Amino acid sequence: MSAANVRPRSKVAALSLPPGTRGPLRIAAVLTVAAFIPFVYSGYTVSELTLVIAYAVATLGLNLLIGYGGQISLGHGAFFAIGAYLTAVLLSHNVVPVIATIPLTGVASFIAGYLFGLPALRLRGIYLGLVTLTLAVAVTPLVSRFTITGGVDGLTVNQPQAPTWLGLSQVQFVYLLCLAVAAVLFIGAGRLVRSEVGRSVVALNDNELTAGAVGVNVTRTKTRLFAWSAMYAGIGGSLYVFAVGFVSPDSFTLTLSVWFLAAVVVGGRRSIAGAIIGGLAIEFLPVYAAKVDEALTGAIYGAALIVCIYVMPDGVVGAARRMKAAASVTPGAFKRRAGRLEQRLP
Amino acid sequence: MARLLQTIVDGLADGSIYAALALALVLIYRATGVVNFAQGEMATCSTFIAWGLLQAGLPLAAALGLTFVIAFIGGMLVECVVLRPTEGSDALTIVILTVGLYFLFNSADGWIWGFDSHSFPSVFSTSRLSVGGAHLTAQSVGTVGVLVAVAAILYAFFQRTDLGLAMRAAAQGPDSSRLAGVPVDRMLMFGWGVAAVLGAVAGALVAPALFLNVNTMSSVLIYAFAAAALGGLDSPVGALIGGWIIGVAQNLAGTYVGFIGGDLEILVPLAIITVVLLIRPTGLFGSREVVRV
Amino acid sequence: MKVRTVAAVVPLLAALATAVAGCGSGTATGAAPAATGGGGSADPGISKTSVTLGGSYPFSGPAAAYSTLVYGVQAAFDAANAGGGVSGRKIKYTALDDGYDPARALQDAHQLIEQDHVFAILGSAGTPTNFADWDYINQAGVPDLFLISGASNWGADIKAHPWTIGGLPSFVAEARIYAHYLERVMPHATIAILYQNDEFGQDYLGGFLHAIAGSGLKVIAKQDYVVTDPTVDTQVSNLAASKAQVFVDFSTAQFTIQAIKQAASLGWKPLHIIPVPDASKTQVLEPAGLQNSTGIISVDYSKDPTDPRWARDASVQEYLRAVKQYTPKANPDDFNVEEGWIVAQAMIAALKAMKHPTRASLMQAVRTLNVPEGVLLPGVEINTTHGYPIQTMYVARFNGTTWQLLGSPITETRGY
Repeated sequence: MSAANVRPRSKVAALSLPPGTRGPLRIAAVLTVAAFIPFVYSGYTVSELTLVIAYAVATLGLNLLIGYGGQISLGHGAFFAIGAYLTAVLLSHNVVPVIATIPLTGVASFIAGYLFGLPALRLRGIYLGLVTLTLAVAVTPLVSRFTITGGVDGLTVNQPQAPTWLGLSQVQFVYLLCLAVAAVLFIGAGRLVRSEVGRSVVALNDNELTAGAVGVNVTRTKTRLFAWSAMYAGIGGSLYVFAVGFVSPDSFTLTLSVWFLAAVVVGGRRSIAGAIIGGLAIEFLPVYAAKVDEALTGAIYGAALIVCIYVMPDGVVGAARRMKAAASVTPGAFKRRAGRLEQRLP
Repeated sequence: MARLLQTIVDGLADGSIYAALALALVLIYRATGVVNFAQGEMATCSTFIAWGLLQAGLPLAAALGLTFVIAFIGGMLVECVVLRPTEGSDALTIVILTVGLYFLFNSADGWIWGFDSHSFPSVFSTSRLSVGGAHLTAQSVGTVGVLVAVAAILYAFFQRTDLGLAMRAAAQGPDSSRLAGVPVDRMLMFGWGVAAVLGAVAGALVAPALFLNVNTMSSVLIYAFAAAALGGLDSPVGALIGGWIIGVAQNLAGTYVGFIGGDLEILVPLAIITVVLLIRPTGLFGSREVVRV
Repeated sequence: MKVRTVAAVVPLLAALATAVAGCGSGTATGAAPAATGGGGSADPGISKTSVTLGGSYPFSGPAAAYSTLVYGVQAAFDAANAGGGVSGRKIKYTALDDGYDPARALQDAHQLIEQDHVFAILGSAGTPTNFADWDYINQAGVPDLFLISGASNWGADIKAHPWTIGGLPSFVAEARIYAHYLERVMPHATIAILYQNDEFGQDYLGGFLHAIAGSGLKVIAKQDYVVTDPTVDTQVSNLAASKAQVFVDFSTAQFTIQAIKQAASLGWKPLHIIPVPDASKTQVLEPAGLQNSTGIISVDYSKDPTDPRWARDASVQEYLRAVKQYTPKANPDDFNVEEGWIVAQAMIAALKAMKHPTRASLMQAVRTLNVPEGVLLPGVEINTTHGYPIQTMYVARFNGTTWQLLGSPITETRGY
């Protein structure tokens, strides 16, 4: 059934594009809109959205692990914190130029994820969850103890400065910088998922034994996925530091790891776009909850999470996919398919 | 020597606190297959209800009794309203549901009862004992007694009664259990109800020493998880032993290992969980999972 | 593959090109506005009839107990507005939730300054949260007044952060007062210390140790804890084992209550010192047991509304009336509520003294402020030439029923 044989009857289908361009065009559209945001909205909204980008990148990492890999991690806040603290320490000592902190953080988080994953990934399900939980809880006491990480007071760092020839304000520059990094990571994730590694991962997720039987190196694939996932979280932490300019032990509690998990579920598993929804949820759900009633913020976003799961058990993206699938079964299409079927019957 | 003994005794007292909540966690996992992050907050809520009844003038026994009834009904309601509509969802979805409940209960508790700490009377006397140079309170000894009794009852219930068997079946294989005639929905509801009562018991045991406030159980939760993981997520006896081991280990490390001050003490239970999970994931007393290929 | 990468890069470049082309005419809303000097035109957030203020509080999260601070502030402003406002201006106060998360505190600061256009920020609560946003607020040239945090940092470097001034007495100053008190009454005492291992406890501890250096006082035991711990009973047992004569206790909330009770039940009867934020009779001493709490030492700088001694005091009555009328949900015995009130009264005084409707003029008024006694104890003055407005405190002793002020007020000028 090649693309050439399909005869589009409806008007929308007539806009058929050459294969392989739909995806990139969608990405281009999203990026264009996103890139214009800092010039349209106030500095306050732009700084909020910069944080959304940072959270979305980390959520994407977790989504790769959970949605595609079928693993679980209650400790991704820890990798986010590692990335954030590493970037903060590098920036506060002026060791490397700002832009270099991202690849450095990426590599360090990848290694950290790999080292942690090697022993941890022998576990599954709730046990893997528990062992990653210990990681999340261990972060705060450890960074509070050492002076290089600023101890209990934390570290204030200089945020990336906009080069004067660009003529941007600092808030705009930081936003666009984070957007650029995030774009690379998101597109990279898309490619990763469709690559051989990605297919191995999904195969592994579906059935570990058969995957192993057909030659997938189970241990290596799982550990590499975990490492990639940790890398994304670490770079998310880096972007967080660019956006906020401050790290402290209070910024990275267990609650953060829990929020990343909730973001994956709310956004939609096995969806790269879902990570963006997740990032938006992490940033804005508490803010809107506080607007409703400051004294009940926790209750409101707790209830929101519960309602979200009722109404959209497979996340926002999942619900959107279902709606699209339902919409494609229009009466016209149904009749056409029925007609073609009639032709084939004797 | 006296110092060592005192440290161990203090560790057992702390461990009993962890074990109390761990028992509720184990029960709900065994009876419903759910890891309930909101267990602590539900326990705090029940304890606040008891406190409210005490403020209204009820004697302690009546207040606690009434609270247990309210907790039981409340637990069943939570299962019915929040969990049943999403039955069949995978583990992660349910975890996020319980997380939502955590935020909900925590915030609601503060909104209803405020953020101050309150004293809570103990069902045991306030006398102190001295055993071999170490100081004990009747409170901590009594707590141990209650915990042992509860663990024994749970063990007997699950292993030796038909109802317990039905509940285990409902938790592990709801579909096949239905086919076998087990009223799964009612079993799950019952499980949540009983777990809520256990949470209330934990609260009543723990609040006299910790003082009742919105965050009383939040700080205990991670330790309770550690205790349950160490002992085995489906073993009531394991929850107790796990709790005591963690309490004692933590206190010994805090007292004798100079590097570990009060701030790094939490690393001890975390390290224990990690080591146990890597060597024997099902914990000391948990049942091994056998997977058919 | 290539199509994707190109499709990604092109719009970014286009956006950048547009930005460059449109630079200068673009709304660079992130740039810091220069502080307008004293003079005619008004700054944002203030008009002839109203002035907008704002602050950030931990309404949710681990520090939610401190959210009651805002009641005191709200009651004070509502009462002032009912009386016609300050210099004819009604005060509008926006309190935002930061959940004790420094990133959200920074967001809140952005919102207050850029969206709500507040004239000044008042009473933001918490230490890490204020740390996260004070750079931004100072860059934006907005007054950051009377922070509700006793951290010594706020007054330590006024040149770097000229728009910020602390609100609570500094923890270091308070610790020094305890040190000097001990040097006076028990010059060779053995001391056991319990401290909360975060910026609160570390600030107190540092100030205290520094002050007793070189004296006859000796610390023979030290234990710490973190706020995520369930109990400090073990720590107190360890301290009691040292049989120290003095128990210096830099803890908060339920931990202070536990410490008092545990010490008493162990039969350890040292001279017990607790920090002033935890010196509330109804919130701390009653749950711990009034008899157990007899003899406890702390400092005092405000009138206790439950103390019959101040029952007829006009300022205390005004405070109680306002809280009852405008924020009935608040508990007037709650020390936080009283602190919010004190901070708001200082703000009102500053607004009255302000010569021009500009932020710079407000800061000038703040730095030369003279505040009537109000609910502060007689002799306690608000002196803003240094970083800490309140530096005078009485040492006080709880006699089982009320706090008794010992001796004359002490002014501790070393705040950091």
